[in-house]
Amino acid sequence: MINFEQVAKRYPNGREALSGVNLRVAPGEMVFLTGRSGAGKSTVLKLIALLERPTRGQVTVNGENTGQLPARRIPAFRRRVGVVFQDHRLLTDRPVFDNVALPLIVADSSLKEIDRRVRAALDQVGLLGKERLLPLELSVGEQQRVGIARAIVGRPPVLIADEPTGNLDPQLATEMLNLFRRLNEVGVTIVVATHDLHLVRESGLREVQLDGGQISNEPGAAAPLPHIEARR
Amino acid sequence: MSGRISSWGARHLQALVSSAGHLVRSPLATILTLIVMALALALPLGLLTLVQNTRTATGDFSGAIGMSAFLKQDVTEAKARQLTSAVRGRSDVSAAQLITADQALAEFRKDSGFGVALDALQDNPLPHVIAVTPASAATPAGVESLQRYLSAWPEVENVQLDSDWVTRFNAILGVLRRVLVVAATLLGIGVVAIVGNTIRLEILNRRAEIEVTKLVGGTNAFVRRPFLYTGMWYGLMAGLTAWLIVAGALRALAGPAASLASAYGSRFVLAIPSLGELGLLLLVGISLGWFGSWIATAVHLHRIEP
Ligand SMILES: Nc1ncnc2c1ncn2[C@@H]1O[C@H](COP(=O)(O)OP(=O)(O)OP(=O)(O)O)[C@@H](O)[C@H]1O
Ligand SMILES: [Mg+2]
Repeated sequence: MINFEQVAKRYPNGREALSGVNLRVAPGEMVFLTGRSGAGKSTVLKLIALLERPTRGQVTVNGENTGQLPARRIPAFRRRVGVVFQDHRLLTDRPVFDNVALPLIVADSSLKEIDRRVRAALDQVGLLGKERLLPLELSVGEQQRVGIARAIVGRPPVLIADEPTGNLDPQLATEMLNLFRRLNEVGVTIVVATHDLHLVRESGLREVQLDGGQISNEPGAAAPLPHIEARR
Repeated sequence: MSGRISSWGARHLQALVSSAGHLVRSPLATILTLIVMALALALPLGLLTLVQNTRTATGDFSGAIGMSAFLKQDVTEAKARQLTSAVRGRSDVSAAQLITADQALAEFRKDSGFGVALDALQDNPLPHVIAVTPASAATPAGVESLQRYLSAWPEVENVQLDSDWVTRFNAILGVLRRVLVVAATLLGIGVVAIVGNTIRLEILNRRAEIEVTKLVGGTNAFVRRPFLYTGMWYGLMAGLTAWLIVAGALRALAGPAASLASAYGSRFVLAIPSLGELGLLLLVGISLGWFGSWIATAVHLHRIEP
């Protein structure tokens, strides 16, 4: 479902955030991405969501090679990948309902459908009844859950989440994790970046550790690439 | 966005309404932009109205313009009478009167005070003259062709319009029309630039919204739609405002124009732009607004990528 092949990512400022990453996430699998701050977790997720393209190597998601996807097919690609952003990225001047509805609106869903699914998504994150509030009228943890609701409302086959529980109390964090696991059970492929090692260990799910832009806990995943390094 | 939307058409309607909402939410900026756009549209419209009104007015005057056909010296009075009735018989002539050389001399003698000097002349130096009044429906062009027709007669020395000012005036009008075309073009470009710049600022203001919309899979067309509608709203409202400005200005001019016209014996009334012209103006305004926002979105939207 998600496949990284010898992926390197160098940002325009010259910072190499990832180097030689091999990662395969099977359809219906749920994976945690861990590692210290700056290890490259968000970069991996951005490559999956096509917010960035790899400098070297190939990233394949939903059978599409993101490096070669023409611009006109990007919107359709993004609709099939739900994203929970580390910094929420909500529209502060629109009520919760509109924020959650956005993925459905851009996908031309019917109004009945929008109304039903937005309510269902808000219900799943425990925010039913707050549709009319503006994001800034919510607590940070509630904003984070609006972001989760927006990511799942379009029922994408791939869901990626960057620190989705960072601002939640332990109970809510567990609840959100359970939500992800329920989605995973119905077939959604999920990658979650998190610092919450306790939660990861408790889940018993696969953990991919990043360290300095390389995968450090899966043997063979981060094979050194002397020939490529030599070229630079 | 939580409106009741289901079909493609309803979705456009929704973009239309929400783009209007954005304009209402920043009234001062919207009004300032509108004033500038409206003035840019009002100027050519005012000029056009002026030119059209003047054309109507001079069309009215030209009917009253007479011409004098001076016959050659050797044309006899009998021949002159014959020619006069021939002229009178034409459909584009409402009256023709012969002023014989003798009558002319008598009149001249009476009016000029050169009586004694004229007595010294043996022959009458004046020719016979036919005073021609064109039909009242005649256009300036019609009057001119009548003049050319009469000049071509072998007995006619030359034909003089009683006043050449109408011709001159029409020439000025022609220049004015060209000025109108140039001004309308330049100001049209101005309107496009104003809308384009306004939309550019709007795009920058709503950068976060555009980014997030693209993040969740919004197409360029989807992101662009509300901006195009905003441009069209601007065009529509600027067109309406321009029409109000011109109509108001004409109202203020109506009194003086009427007295001026009556001083020249004209039944001319200053006409405000018709409904058809208003429709055309709105169409032009909307098109320019659409074009301005089309350019702005084409240039700036694709730069915003999440
Ligand atoms: N847009 C960017 N431009 C330049 N460098 C960047 C950019 N984004 C990230 N980086 C760099 O890439 C490296 C990896 O960043 P990334 O955001 O992937 O880390 P992370 O593992 O998500 O960290 P955190 O846990 O703090 O969110 C960092 O050293 C960072 O400085
Ligand atoms: Mg991060």
